[in-house]
Amino acid sequence: MNIFVCVKQVPDTETKIIPTSDGSFIETASIKWIMNPYDEFAVEQALLVKQTNPAANVTVVRVGSTKDTEALRTAMAMGADDAILVDAADNLDSYSIAKALKGAIDKSGKKPDLILTGKQAIDDDALQVPQILAEMLKLPSVAVVVGFELSGTAVKAKREVEGGAIEVYELSTPCVIAANKGLNTPRYASLPGIMKAKKKPLAQHSLADVGVSDADRRVKYSGFRLPPEKPAGKKFDATDATKQREVVAQVVGLLRTEAKVI
Amino acid sequence: MANVLVFTEVHDGHVKPVTLEILGKLAGQTADVAVIGDLSAEQVSLLAKNGAQNVHKLKGANLDKYSPEGYANALSEFIKGKNYDYVFGGATSMGKDLLPRLATKFDAGLASDVVNFTFDGGSFAGTRPLFAGKCLAKVELTGPKPHFVSIRPNALGMTANPTAGSGTASDVNANAGDIRAAIKEMIKATSTKVDLTEANIIVTGGRAMKNAENFKILNELADVIGATVGASRAAVDSGFAPHAMQVGQTGKTVAPTLYIACGVSGAIQHLAGMRTSKVIVAINSDPDAPIFTRADYGIVGDLFQVVPVLTEEFKKLLGK
Repeated sequence: MNIFVCVKQVPDTETKIIPTSDGSFIETASIKWIMNPYDEFAVEQALLVKQTNPAANVTVVRVGSTKDTEALRTAMAMGADDAILVDAADNLDSYSIAKALKGAIDKSGKKPDLILTGKQAIDDDALQVPQILAEMLKLPSVAVVVGFELSGTAVKAKREVEGGAIEVYELSTPCVIAANKGLNTPRYASLPGIMKAKKKPLAQHSLADVGVSDADRRVKYSGFRLPPEKPAGKKFDATDATKQREVVAQVVGLLRTEAKVI
Repeated sequence: MANVLVFTEVHDGHVKPVTLEILGKLAGQTADVAVIGDLSAEQVSLLAKNGAQNVHKLKGANLDKYSPEGYANALSEFIKGKNYDYVFGGATSMGKDLLPRLATKFDAGLASDVVNFTFDGGSFAGTRPLFAGKCLAKVELTGPKPHFVSIRPNALGMTANPTAGSGTASDVNANAGDIRAAIKEMIKATSTKVDLTEANIIVTGGRAMKNAENFKILNELADVIGATVGASRAAVDSGFAPHAMQVGQTGKTVAPTLYIACGVSGAIQHLAGMRTSKVIVAINSDPDAPIFTRADYGIVGDLFQVVPVLTEEFKKLLGK
């Protein structure tokens, strides 16, 4: 059984984003890169499947800059067997990334039974790659998955939609599953795991190797800029219990007369 | 002038409000609407009032429930052979799942979660937040047409006096094709409130809520003002609320008219997820909490004392 987990490396959530002076992208030099948080749930799910299917092979695939391989080493330290890295700019669009992932999976020579991804990457927040990849591979997919059961080739996947409602899907492998927070609790990499990961195979390809060129770009970004800062608002002191009602009534009044939102 | 198809979702017989936001903003272009299933004459005239020309109702077997493959197959078959330059939809749960798959059937690009756009000589140029709203960028599409765009609900706003369209409704025979991933069961949400991503008013609780039970005071406030209740990552990770309620970079990005943050400190990843709220009220006992730098109205005080008073004052104001 071949399981592929697609991961992305993204700036840590506490990172302050600074656009480059020409607005073509963001300053990446001082960023701390982490594995996209949603991808951790995908890696964990692959490892849970491997626990009950010891013959399964878990390959992590990433398309992005080769200057830091943190996300792939983390996934292998958690227990993935091997990794594929496709060297690409950090601002590639979703269509190109999905095509590169497909190219890398095809090139591995392993027929995928299960492809796991995070539901979105928290850098470009495009929420496109799992669905594009599924369509390119002509596979069914379920996204925003908070529950997953595999028995033989039968899959039951719970998809979270608006307001926390759940759609329960039944399908068969091979398929693409995009994980949401809540699917499982990702394990931490153990020290022996980290040591072992250093010796696990990491294949590297160029975009050209996996059949992707500039002509595959579909979405162009430019003019990166910070959002306009709001001027400081009004602050009221309601620490004195005897003044609370007066202060709150004043704010409620302003919400109607000044802000006009209620 | 661009020829645009707007895909609309229908919820309880009503088109989603984001459809009307899109139609209003498309003034000057030719806009048709496609819906899967039936739509009442009243809803068709609402679409017409907001600018819809033709309203295509796609009907066929196995389209009574959403499935990524069934909807994508039906819509792609309908769109093929038409001369649409663009296909728009809402960046809703369904839109986010469906549109990338649909676009790929045309080897086409999708600009997702767009918050504003213009058409210059028939060419789309949009603005969208990246890094959870920590920065903005211009987004343009290239490659095979039609080009696809998803619009974040509540971002464009309703157009005050939209230019009406003819609103000519017709039925289209649609084919869902081969559906391999189908919904077998729906588990209803415990809340009947509108989703955070589409809510007009949001009341959010942070770590200072201390436990899940205390969210009761936020629910009481929310009931009075018709709000949806959210939670910060700290509150979700502490087990006070489910992840479906999380606002922020690893939760939901929201853009309500009014956002009331109760006991939320204002971590950078939380601010990123709610910064485009029109008016922000913050209640926090720490006068130096970062949330106050973003708040239009900050109330320094104990939320357990302030929130119930706030609920009472809103009741008075609204005559409840």
